[in-house]
Amino acid sequence: MSNATLNNEIVHSVNFLDKESLTIPMLKVMKADGTVYQDAVLPNIDETLAKRIYDTCVFTRVLDERMLGAQRQGRISFYMTCTGEEAAVIGSAAALDDKDVILAQYREHAALRYRGFTTEQFMNQMFSNEKDLGKGRQMPIHYGSADLCYHTVSSPLGTQIPQATGVGYSLKMNGQKNVAVCYFGEGAASEGDFHAGMNMAATLKSPTIFFCRNNGYAISTPAEEQFKGNGIASRGVGYGMHTIRVDGNDMLAVFAATQAARDFALENNAPVLIEAMSYRLGAHSSSDDPSGYRTKEEEDAWRDQDPVLRFKNWMLHKGWLTEAQDAEMYKQYREEVLAQVKVSEKIDVPALDEIIEDVYDTPTPALKKQLDELKTHIRKYPESYPKSSGRI
Amino acid sequence: MAQMNMLQAINDALAIAMKSDDKMLVFGEDVGHFGGVFRATSGLKEQFGSDRCFNTPLTEQGIAGFANGLAANGHTPVAEIQFADYIFPAFDQIVNESAKFRYRSGNEFNVGGLTFRSPYGGGIAGGHYHSQSPEAYFTQTPGLKVVIPRNPEQAKGLLLASIRDKNPVIFFEPKRLYRASVGEVPEGDYQHELGKADVVQKGTDITVLAWGAQMEIVENAAERAAKDGISCEIIDLRCLSPWDVETVAASVKKTGRLLINHEAPLTGGFAGEIAATIQQECFLHLESPISRVCGLDTPYPLIHEKEYMPDALKTYEAIKATMDY
Repeated sequence: MSNATLNNEIVHSVNFLDKESLTIPMLKVMKADGTVYQDAVLPNIDETLAKRIYDTCVFTRVLDERMLGAQRQGRISFYMTCTGEEAAVIGSAAALDDKDVILAQYREHAALRYRGFTTEQFMNQMFSNEKDLGKGRQMPIHYGSADLCYHTVSSPLGTQIPQATGVGYSLKMNGQKNVAVCYFGEGAASEGDFHAGMNMAATLKSPTIFFCRNNGYAISTPAEEQFKGNGIASRGVGYGMHTIRVDGNDMLAVFAATQAARDFALENNAPVLIEAMSYRLGAHSSSDDPSGYRTKEEEDAWRDQDPVLRFKNWMLHKGWLTEAQDAEMYKQYREEVLAQVKVSEKIDVPALDEIIEDVYDTPTPALKKQLDELKTHIRKYPESYPKSSGRI
Repeated sequence: MAQMNMLQAINDALAIAMKSDDKMLVFGEDVGHFGGVFRATSGLKEQFGSDRCFNTPLTEQGIAGFANGLAANGHTPVAEIQFADYIFPAFDQIVNESAKFRYRSGNEFNVGGLTFRSPYGGGIAGGHYHSQSPEAYFTQTPGLKVVIPRNPEQAKGLLLASIRDKNPVIFFEPKRLYRASVGEVPEGDYQHELGKADVVQKGTDITVLAWGAQMEIVENAAERAAKDGISCEIIDLRCLSPWDVETVAASVKKTGRLLINHEAPLTGGFAGEIAATIQQECFLHLESPISRVCGLDTPYPLIHEKEYMPDALKTYEAIKATMDY
């Protein structure tokens, strides 16, 4: 439709639109106690799927708790948790096909776990050892796996948004019945890349799901200091994109919305924006202390909306989980994670030769020369480079 | 062989590459039906369809990010940035993402099939937003290749090699030569190896090094110098990253002198990198300091373009000064 054919209502006096002109409903299926609303349309989740989702929730909670502890002990340099946003991440990941390509920001390791990233793989990345798929080149939590169709996390914010548009377009060109899925926080939606990627996806008809975790904070900056419009969802409408707002702490609602978004994207070769309203219960990262910018009362109010507890209650109501089983899952994962920490932190760092690998497809003469010079130097002062000197 | 201008040679290379690789896509601002503002992509949409050659919205960071995603998923995107002056909104996507995709992921993912094409350089009365030579910003970024051709025959062979290279390549096209440079261009498919300099004229007294549109400037200067009995060895670097240290060093060891010419400002320009490396490689062979003839450290001016430019006359003077040192 060209601009000239837009269906304009003609008026004869000045009448501005504002953010209230656009009412955006929020999909909710489950109440905070895990019971479902009477008129709610339930997504089709069987016991096996529900258990896989809940298992991912428990693992993620345990990983986040233990690794934050490991960071405090100085065993890893940095950590970020998914705490509070598990339903947004896992509920959406569960509605996808395993070959849908995920481009995550940095707080969505639960989606990677849902796809089968092992405890060992998580730990090898965080300890930058020689088994890390990323070869020890990025800070902890920058996971990625080609096998699991999960792009390696990149630190600059929002960059994966236009990239997802490209991946979606590529999937369409390949005739593959898959979508690209891009996760980002409401903070990243302030970056130019957000506008660029969303606008390109809409105009170029890229089957891509843009999944915004609106968790209320960009590090310490609350949402009300980040944007003045009607959340992020209003922008999807502005780009001519199918858009839905969902309770991000409601596993069933997120699952239902993502499943519908995926169907729509594939049928229409078109992008969809999902805005999941949630709350970052934890700190932004291990380098951050939220008590400096928000109250305990505010956090406690959101603890009552805990997405994992809500889903657990639903599972209990269904008879698919008992309190004893739940306690046992936490116990086992705590043991597994701690045991893996002890193993992974002892594995060697990647070989020094890998420092010049993957800059290009093959190292250039200049890179080889620089590596040779570096080795010569390290051989002269081995005690100053203990991680590498014994292995060159 | 056919006579072609540089735009026709580039168009020919794109068509050949698209024919040989059905994963290849060409896109950018006005690139589709109109064929790009310089018409480098003319006819490609008609020939290969609007799914493979198309207009994008006006967003350089979007184009670059989109290209990264396509390439990471196995496509061969050739993205046009309409002017190199406008590449900076895409700078983050190129230097932080394209360049590091392979490294940061441990080669779980890479954007090896990606090429950015962009017209660069002055001499067209374009003022500073249509004349800049931003190559040095990219040569400092490991993971990128930077390629600049000097004439139609080179443009075709280097562009085909860039598109097929397994690394992201920035291909800067000297826009003042787009129509001005006409020459014999082989038909069919051929490639020039990336990372290899081209010795375009043998000589014994001084090595004169340049790339892109400045090649005709240094050739002109060398002709003037020849009348004074100075024999210049002229080298076209062709690929700035990685660059061919070996060929340049071998030449300087023979001539004992080096002059580097580029359009971009002197300070922080790529000539400084070359001078430092050659000084180290060839110190005992040098008969005089390495000379740089470059743009001024000003934004690219409009009315004083001729004064700003490292033109043939300035180059000729620098050749003589180096010989007389």
